[in-house]
Parts: sequence; structure tokens; C-alpha cells
Amino acid sequence: MSIKKGLTILLAGASVLTSSLSFAAEEVNVYSYRQPFLIDPMMKEFTAETGIKVNILFAKKGLIERIKREGQLSTADIMLTSDFSRLALFTEDGLAQPVESKILDKNIPAKFQGENKQWFALTSRTRNIYSSVERVGPAPDITYQDLATPAFKGKVCMRSGKHPYNVSLLASIIAHEGEAKAKTWLEGLKANLARKPQGNDRAQVKAVKEGLCDYALTNSYYLGKMLNDPKQVSWAESVHINFPNQATTGTHMNVSGVALVKHAPHKENAIKLMEFLSGDVAQKMYAEINYEYPVKTGVKASELVASWGEFKEDEIKLSEVAAQHKAAIKLLDEVKFDL
Amino acid sequence: MISKSFNPYKLLPWAVTCILLSPVLAIFLNAFSFDESGSFEHLLNTVLPTYISNSVLVIVSVVLISIVFALPCAWFVACCEFPTRQKLQWILMLPLAMPPYIVAIVYTDLLDFAGPVQLALRGWFGWQSIDDYYFPDIRTLFGASFILALSLFPYLYLLLRGAFLTQSAGLFQAARTLGLSPYRAFWRVSIPLSRSAMAVGISLIAMETLGDFATVNYFAVHTLTTAIYDTWLELGSLTTAAKISSLMLLVLVILISLENYSRRKQQVYQRNSSGSTDLRFYLTGWKKWGVLLFTWSLLGLSLFIPIGTLIYYAFHYFSESLNDQLFSYTLNSLWLAFLVAILALLVALIVNFYQRLSPGVFAKSSIRLSSLGYAVPGTVVAIGVLIPLTSLDLLLNDLLIKWDVSPVGLIFSGSLVILVLGYLVRFSAIAVGSVDSSLVQVPPSLDLASRTLGNGPAKTLWRVNIPLIKKGLLTAFILVFIESMKELPAALLLRPFNFETLATYVYQYVSDEMIEYAALPALMIIALGLIPFIVVNRLLEQKH
Repeated sequence: MSIKKGLTILLAGASVLTSSLSFAAEEVNVYSYRQPFLIDPMMKEFTAETGIKVNILFAKKGLIERIKREGQLSTADIMLTSDFSRLALFTEDGLAQPVESKILDKNIPAKFQGENKQWFALTSRTRNIYSSVERVGPAPDITYQDLATPAFKGKVCMRSGKHPYNVSLLASIIAHEGEAKAKTWLEGLKANLARKPQGNDRAQVKAVKEGLCDYALTNSYYLGKMLNDPKQVSWAESVHINFPNQATTGTHMNVSGVALVKHAPHKENAIKLMEFLSGDVAQKMYAEINYEYPVKTGVKASELVASWGEFKEDEIKLSEVAAQHKAAIKLLDEVKFDL
Repeated sequence: MISKSFNPYKLLPWAVTCILLSPVLAIFLNAFSFDESGSFEHLLNTVLPTYISNSVLVIVSVVLISIVFALPCAWFVACCEFPTRQKLQWILMLPLAMPPYIVAIVYTDLLDFAGPVQLALRGWFGWQSIDDYYFPDIRTLFGASFILALSLFPYLYLLLRGAFLTQSAGLFQAARTLGLSPYRAFWRVSIPLSRSAMAVGISLIAMETLGDFATVNYFAVHTLTTAIYDTWLELGSLTTAAKISSLMLLVLVILISLENYSRRKQQVYQRNSSGSTDLRFYLTGWKKWGVLLFTWSLLGLSLFIPIGTLIYYAFHYFSESLNDQLFSYTLNSLWLAFLVAILALLVALIVNFYQRLSPGVFAKSSIRLSSLGYAVPGTVVAIGVLIPLTSLDLLLNDLLIKWDVSPVGLIFSGSLVILVLGYLVRFSAIAVGSVDSSLVQVPPSLDLASRTLGNGPAKTLWRVNIPLIKKGLLTAFILVFIESMKELPAALLLRPFNFETLATYVYQYVSDEMIEYAALPALMIIALGLIPFIVVNRLLEQKH
């Protein structure tokens, strides 16, 4: 047996043993920043519909870096992100490839598509200010800018400024008003915090219930999720959801989305999966399981979300917000926001 | 020592060291590449000084609290006699099986405004709102240090107890004969003789603390680890993250070397391994009750309260948290931890025996270097491991294409190989340290005797040294096994598709403040960590 042949057999054997390289007839590999409870049911549906097996790796940090290192050998086909900044980072680093698909174009409005169709948003959500039912009542006229005014001293709770949702909000304020004004706002906001930024979005609502603060900065869909958790329902019932900046720029929007990996080994299947995620079935699941706003026109938000009413969205381009992402992080360091 | 004949045992330790060091080196190399973003200067001018002082404060607090916990416990159990001592000597190790991030969440839940403790206080005293009374906030630097110390102190306890037990009883007896009180004998004989164990224990705790992200982050305490995450994952600058990591490592290496240097002339060997029990101080009266109160309340805090709370949650959310996947995740965790523990033991034997056979600067540094990964936060290790393994994969595939063989893809970085290596890089230090501290107590005269009697080095290791350090080997195995069961950040990032461990499964819920759903798998992690402890302990007891 020649060395070459021996090597082939040996390596073939080795690759059969490694789980990332199974030779199933039809499959697609997904790297997901989004969580299993939401994604798993959709993938099940997709496999039932198409017969294509979906392999997933879930993580909250570092997936982009892993793909970067894996280079042209990466077995990842699709990247799912839970926020816009990661979509931007992913495409900026040249890790995505454009997708031409009539179905995607039909389902996803142009404002939810990246440059050269390198990424597609799948859902959108708002950054809301929740107010205490007991001590404040509804606050329909509230603005993000209000949170930095002296009247709110010691009344505001929020998670780490470095969390992508907050970075994105700050980036949008930089994009609207410039860095200097954004810095003043950030300093005012820090001065008004009831406690050092900590916990996640739900923990802020809990803090309002406990009387630590009167206002919490939190994404829209958490309210729906808390209402469906036996322990957290009382937190949710202690707050009103308000859509800020209705008289001015509109409420800040973030999106979750999908991109096709540059070296995707199962390109066709990957595009099928992207189309599926933009279709009625998956869009409805996003709306019903996670209370997000579907991007596909015609798919309705869940009954609960619809009950929060219509509101004015911030129409600024996502790419303009993304451009201020790094500036926002540096600003957070400068004012020592989390410390 | 340079020998003319080729000796493979001299290559092996270096091969092992190189493999374990390659991720750390990869990070170091990145630190020296040019960074156009100016992120490092930005950090230095803004938050880095606070991060540094927080890191130092957390490490110092965790180490000090751990000493306060571990030192008395180890001495009581090794040198005194009181009721429940037999049980305590192994139960005191069990808090190691508790993942600190879970303990942190349990205590935050308990001590919260809406938690049972404050609820009860308000009920008793008729307080209405948060303004009516003062309650300490657990989400502080001290709170984080306390929680970390609760699950890390057993490292120190374990090593100190071992040292106290194997210390020559004759020396202690001599001290007593010369008129020292037990108290002074403790300070002037026991403590100086246990310095090596103390040093190893403290450096393990310091490294583990430095590498922790989950716990400090949960308590909103920002350390150097925060800086690494921010710069690398948010600002996208691996170079700056690598610079900070390298700084961290450098400080650690300096500290450990200083300690070693100060101990260079000290030689402590066990002369009397048959520790006689009648030398123990029999405690009576308030001393007895004091010792019982101290040891058992420490266990209450570190073990019984968190486990009790988890059992309560698991019971109330049992049907929601029990599913068929739980079994396969448990199996994954188990065999992975087992494999890593065996490999770490091999690593520890190789580098330690190399040092014993050919002592010198090179051997010493191979021990130090192979342990560096422990102080690196899990996610950084993960990327550190990705760099050499993906390069290896790319190289291999290029070669295969050149030789007209079909390429094989990511056989190293896309498989469990990378996960196992990541764990080894992080946890070999524990095995190496544990084996090191038991091996230094075996007098070299035994080796010389064996060699004089015609045994080769290999046979001497196998027949003389290994049997003498069996206990140390078992301890090393258990510690690495438990750490691997608990490991989270590297597992999250390095695992192949569709692969979950108990820890990654727990994290799904914990990250959404849904600890109740994670209670059952969290209890599995703890239980599976406890079992080997108990089994090994039984085995050791039967022998005596």
C-alpha cells in the first residue's frame, strides 16, 4: 500500500469520526447567536418541510471569530445574529456573500436588506422605556433624552452599557445628534442611574417592581416573555411599556438577522433555509414565540404585541447606526458608564 | 544535562509543553502585531486603571478569604480530634464541585429585595419599602470575592491538609517537647513547613480568579477579563485583547517565580509517612464547639444552602426540566471530563518526572509554562486554541491537495479534538501542581536507592514514585474531572455542531434569569462531581 493511499484511508477514517463532517445526504450548518428555545422549533419545521437536516452551534460570544479563523475550510453555511451590530461586523470582515433570491426579495423589504444583499433582517424590535405602574403610570410622551434630565435622578435602571442593544441605541443617538451631544446625554444618564448597570433586560423590570427604580430601559419582546413565565409575570404586571420619542425621531429599532457565510459548503440548502426563515411559517413563529415584529409584510405581530399599539419608528438607516458602533463603545469607556 | 545518547523521554516533556503552550504563544504573538485601531491607548486613558485595580482587589480578597476559610479547617482536621472530624475531612472538599456562577445566582436570588431573606426580615420588623432599612448589596466586589472563595477555598484546604498530615510528626513533637503551646507550634512549625502547599494553593486560586468571567460579570464587577472581552468581541481588536492577556500572564509569571525563588533553598521531605493519630489535640468544651460551628457553617454556606435551594427549584419545576436530552448531555459531560482528566494526569506525570530526572532551569520552566493556560479566561483560551489548530487544518488540507488526495476539512478544529485541547490547556495546571506538591515530598534518596539496586529510571518511576504519590494522582484526577464538568466558556465556543454539555445546557436558562429550569441539570453537574470524591475517598480509607 502506498503512503498516499494509506494516508487517504487514515484521514478519511479520521474525518468520519469527527462530528462536524457527517456525510448526510442533505444538510445545512448554522452558527447561531440566537437561542435554542426559539431556533430549534423553526429548524424542526424546516426539516419536516424539506428533508434537509440542520446542524447548529449556539453561542453568545465569539462565533464570528471562530468563522474568521476557520477560513475557507469553515463548515458553517449560515450565521444567525440577535442584533444588528454583529451583522455589520460580519459583513465588514468580508465573511458573508451576497444572495440573489426572488423569495427573499419578495419577503424582506429593501430597508431590511444589507448592502449588496449580504445580510437580511428577519425580525425587528424596539428599545422601550418601561415605567412603574404604581409610581409613574403610562408615559406616552417620554423620550430617551428625558432619561438624562435632572427630574429622573436616581430613577433609571438599565443593563451594561456595553450590551449590543444599548450600544446600538447610543450609536443611533450619535448618528442623530453628533458625538458631543451624545456624550452629554450619556453622562446625564449615568448620573440618573439608581444603581450601577447590571443584570439583563428582565432584571431591570424586576428592579422596577421592587421599587429600586421607576424606569427601565428594555427591549419590547421581554414583556411578552415575562408575562408567560409563572415567576416573572408579576414583574411584567408592575410596568407600562412606552414607545419613546414619538414626537421627535421615533423609537429606536434593532434587528436580528441572517447572512450566508462566504465559504458555505451547502450554499443551495442554506439559501433554502434563509428563504424559509423569511417565509410565513417562520415569521409567525418569531412573532408568537418571541414577541418580535416580523419583517415580512402581511405577517401580523402577536395579539399581545399588537395590543401595545401603533408607533412611530426611527427611520434612520441601519448602516448609519452601525457606522457609529465603535465610537459608541469608546464613549462608554470615556464616561466610565459601567463603573 | 546533555546526554550523548538520544533519549525520547527528554523530547516528550517538551512536546507536551509546546502543545499546551501553543495557544498562549499564539496570543502573545498577536499582542506584538501592529494595532492601528489605537484601542489600547484608548483603554489606558479611560477604564483600564480601574479594571486593573479591580482585578488586583478581587484576587487579593479571594485569596485572603480562602485562607481564612481553608487554613483553620485544614489544621483542625489534620491535627485535632473532635466529633465529625472523619466526615469533615472529605466533606470539606466537596464545595469544589459547585460551579461559582450557579452559587452566585442562588445567593443573589436569596438575598435580593424580593428574595426570601429580605422578605422574612420585612415580615418580622414590619418594614415596608427599600428605604426603611439597610441591607448589604451582594452585587459588589466583596460579594463576588466571597462567592468565588466559597467554591475555591477547598483547593487550599486540600493541599494544606495534605501538608499537615505528611509533615513529620517528630518535628511537631519536638516543638511541643521544647515547650511550645499548640498555638505557637502551629505558627512556628506547621505553617513554615506547609509553605510549598500554601504557595501552590494560592496560585491555583489566584489563577482561577483571574480567569473567571461569569461570576464577576454577574456581579457587575469589571476586571481585566472584561477589558479583554470588550476589546476583542465588541471593538474587534484581537491585538489589544492579546496585549491585555499577555500583561495578565506576565504579572502572574513574575509572582509565581518570585515565590519559587524565595523558596529555592527550602527542602521539605516526608520522613515519617505513617502519621500517628494519637498526636492529635483532643478538643473539648468551647474549643470543640467553636471548631464545629466554624467548619459546619462554612459548609452550610458553600454547600448545603446552594444545593438545598437548587433541590427546591428542581422539585417545583421537575416536569419542565426533565427531558430525554438531559441523559445524552450528561453522558457527553461525563466522558469528556473523564478523558480530559486522564490526559491531564499524563501531562502532569510527564513534566513532573522530567524535572525529577533532570532537574534544572529547563525542567522547571516546562512545569511553569505548561500551567500558564489556567490563568487565561476560557473564551481567550478558546481563541488561543483555534489559532494553531485551524492553521494546522489549513496546512494539512493544502498539503493533501498538493498530493492529489481529497482534502478532509477541519479534522482538528472542527472536532472534539479542539475541545479536549482547550480543556487541557486550561486545567493541566491543576494536575501539574497537585502532582508537583506530592512529588516534592518523596525524598530523592528513595530514587537513588532504587537506581543503586539496578532499576532504570522508568522502573523507578513505576515501582517507587508512583505508588508513593498515588493520593496526589487521584486528587489531580478528581480536580480536573470536576473543573471539566463545570467548564463553560471554552465549551460554548469550541464544541462541534449539535453538541451540548450539562454546563452549556444550564447556561441557556441561567443567561435568561431562569435558574429554576436549570436547577436539575445544575444538580447533575454537582452530583457527578461529588461521586468520584466519595468513591476515591472510600478507596483511600479502606487502604488505611
